[in-house]
Amino acid sequence: MKPDVQTIWGWLDQVPDPEIPVISVVDLGIIRDVTWDGDVLEVAITPTYSGCPATSIINLDVETALRDRGLTNIRLKTKLSPPWTTDWLSAKGAAKLEEYGIAPPSPAGGPSRCPRCQSTDLEKVSQFGSTPCKAHWRCLSCLEPFDYFKCI
Amino acid sequence: MANDALFQTLLRLGDNTLVLGHRVSEWCGRAPVLEEDIALANTALDLIGQTQMWLGYAAEVEGEGRSADDLAFLRDVWDFRNILMLERPNGDFGYTILRQFLFDAYHRLLLTGLAQSTDPRIAEIAAKSVKEATYHLERSAETVVALGDGTPVSHEKMQTALDLLWPYVGEMFEADSVDAEMAAQGVAPEPASLRADWDASVRATLTEATLRIPEDTFAHNGGRTGARHTEHLGHMLTEMQWLQRAYPGANW
Repeated sequence: MKPDVQTIWGWLDQVPDPEIPVISVVDLGIIRDVTWDGDVLEVAITPTYSGCPATSIINLDVETALRDRGLTNIRLKTKLSPPWTTDWLSAKGAAKLEEYGIAPPSPAGGPSRCPRCQSTDLEKVSQFGSTPCKAHWRCLSCLEPFDYFKCI
Repeated sequence: MANDALFQTLLRLGDNTLVLGHRVSEWCGRAPVLEEDIALANTALDLIGQTQMWLGYAAEVEGEGRSADDLAFLRDVWDFRNILMLERPNGDFGYTILRQFLFDAYHRLLLTGLAQSTDPRIAEIAAKSVKEATYHLERSAETVVALGDGTPVSHEKMQTALDLLWPYVGEMFEADSVDAEMAAQGVAPEPASLRADWDASVRATLTEATLRIPEDTFAHNGGRTGARHTEHLGHMLTEMQWLQRAYPGANW
């Protein structure tokens, strides 16, 4: 029997992002579509950054998670358009990021507050951080450096 | 080949990002400060990711069963279609950043135009890439100003870099029959149509950086048509392609 797509979305929401494991690939907004094409389950995935080295790991993790649930007929499709945007990050994902110590993306173009002490006295250290999707910031109140999930 | 102009255009796009991506990656582990090392490696990663998409599509259009990897690692110098500016060695950090800035300003305009392409595949790759190019430009422009309007030593190094790079600017806006065909089909913008916007934005940043823009309009060319590359590309490919040449088909 084929599980319905809603159930499959729930399973995928348990697949952690390999580089920021507190959020799922669904939270990240990169799972674009889950559909049954006859007996084949098609999952459309969009890359965050075109050179993100996690992309192939994510594909592997998604496939493994679905196989573990007994699905064998799986087709993964890369979907480039429309391009990924941080607007697709779920509210649940944004809250988990902050709790983990990563400032979530903000339309202002910089973090709205320090994820540790909530101070708004912040400075940018570098436009790039530990992964392509993050920038490196510092809090001038508690002096802790932190990652900011940059807005694109 | 029926689609030769399209194939050539995709090689020009993919070879620019491949060659610059490789050059920038040469800084990994040697940049002046850790933050710049990470920034340069991330920039290189974006460019190599874009290469994967351009050359992947080029290989499909060619229809000879080659892959993006085959095109990147098994072509020789004369088959590369990147502009000459990108294959020149990195020089010092200031030179690398200024080259990045001159290219980013062009790349952003080109990709913005390509995002409207009548070829849907080109349009979607460009729409994805332009977000990254915009981010790269923000950083390279900021750093050009910081170094140009920095200490007397950094200013002098940036001026020297600009004087060296300027003769390589013109090639970005040159056109041949391939460009004319692509522009007529609405696949790609005419290179010359990007010049006025490029000039305006680049001049504004260079002026803020207190750098003097050379007046000479002489332009080296031959890279994007494949007529002639500099000797530097051969040296670069020797290193970049070594593994696939020595161990054909190796993968991991």
